[in-house]
Amino acid sequence: MKYDVIVLGGGPAGLAAAIAARGRNKTVLVISNRWQDSPLARAERIDNYLGLPGSTGYALLEQFQRHAVSVGVEFVVGRAISLMQWEGFALTVGSDFYQGGALVMAPGVARAAKFPGEQAFLGRGVSYCATCDGMLYRGKRVVVVGRANDAPEEARYLKSIGCDVTYTAPSRPDGLDEDIPFIRAGRVEIRGEQTVSSVVLDGEALACDGAFILRSSLAPTDLLPELALDDGYIRVDRAMATSIPGVFAAGDCTGKPLQVAKAVGEGHVAGLSACEYLDQQQK
Amino acid sequence: MALMHFNTASFDEAVSAGGAVVVDFWASWCGPCRMLGPVIEQLAADYEGKALVGKVNVDDEQALAMRFGVASIPTVIFFKDGQEVARKVGVMPMGEFTKVLDTLV
Ligand SMILES: Cc1cc2nc3c(=O)[nH]c(=O)nc-3n(C[C@H](O)[C@H](O)[C@H](O)COP(=O)(O)OP(=O)(O)OC[C@H]3O[C@@H](n4cnc5c(N)ncnc54)[C@H](O)[C@@H]3O)c2cc1C
Repeated sequence: MKYDVIVLGGGPAGLAAAIAARGRNKTVLVISNRWQDSPLARAERIDNYLGLPGSTGYALLEQFQRHAVSVGVEFVVGRAISLMQWEGFALTVGSDFYQGGALVMAPGVARAAKFPGEQAFLGRGVSYCATCDGMLYRGKRVVVVGRANDAPEEARYLKSIGCDVTYTAPSRPDGLDEDIPFIRAGRVEIRGEQTVSSVVLDGEALACDGAFILRSSLAPTDLLPELALDDGYIRVDRAMATSIPGVFAAGDCTGKPLQVAKAVGEGHVAGLSACEYLDQQQK
Repeated sequence: MALMHFNTASFDEAVSAGGAVVVDFWASWCGPCRMLGPVIEQLAADYEGKALVGKVNVDDEQALAMRFGVASIPTVIFFKDGQEVARKVGVMPMGEFTKVLDTLV
């Protein structure tokens, strides 16, 4: 099925956009990681959100989420790993993809910089998608660079299909299989010639054929390379329109202040603008 | 001819004929590959008679994927005169494929 509006990111900005678009009777799909894993859920006390002083981030987000569900916003939980403009927009999560007529980008800020060698070896041993590329590494040595809560599951999947898996992260994650070797390391560098030949972990080289780098989010320009930025943030106008027709953005991804109130306000505008764009297309 | 579904034999035959051939390495468990599917179909229709456009399922044709060192899918490889001339890894807009193909046909 094709949705009217697809929203990437289920934080305050994305949920506000989704609710605004539902208010205009559009079908809306929010694609996001588990809301419990979002940065706001970790905030112990929010004192500057209008009318609700002293809430925990978790309580606030839970309330936002419940509101969205109650008005008929649909959800897909998972990491969007690629995006395509084709008869609107399509986004991939695992082995499925979802289509929409307009897109609201509300992914928050991607906090991690790329590792040295990561970009150069992307598609030549570096992969962001275990489900997609795992099979090509059966019987080979792979390193899972775990930077997302679901990375241990993906490591288990790779092992189950016959990859020789080593897992690395700054600390041992919950849920990592006992029989997957774990290396504690923070600094990561990818090396190779034509393709990846090793991953250097805190200065120690580990020979391997592939590296699965699993983060909870991608930089917006990894998904949409043509997106214009200002100072690393997505460039938007007052209608929250980006440089790409049909793509709107809201929240932390558009710049400072990185605050809930600002994310909600921008999300609302972005949601309405997405509806207006669709109505224009209809004419 | 519409979109081809290559196995090793039909692939070798198509490429060795020397014309422009576009091959999309894909699999059904790969979301980005399925998302790219309609683009490849459109390419096949638009270049009908000028280039052969086909798909290789890496699950069925592991040896072909190995031969070309396919490390990530979707991978789209362009051939001319029996040789690989270009390769695109990952999902990208139609224009990226036509840009290459227009230099080959
Ligand atoms: C510890 C802490 C304390 C804070 N305190 C306050 C405060 O007191 N007051 C205040 O106003 N603000 C506070 N903030 C800031 C506030 O959390 C952010 O400004 C707000 O959450 C931004 O909302 P957003 O919707 O833009 O992005 P986010 O809340 O970051 O939501 C984006 C969501 O999208 C998901 N996502 C991103 N990319 C993908 C992808 N490719 N696939 C699937 N999902 C994806 C992310 O995982 C995330 O769940 C605090 C933040 C932190 C971390």
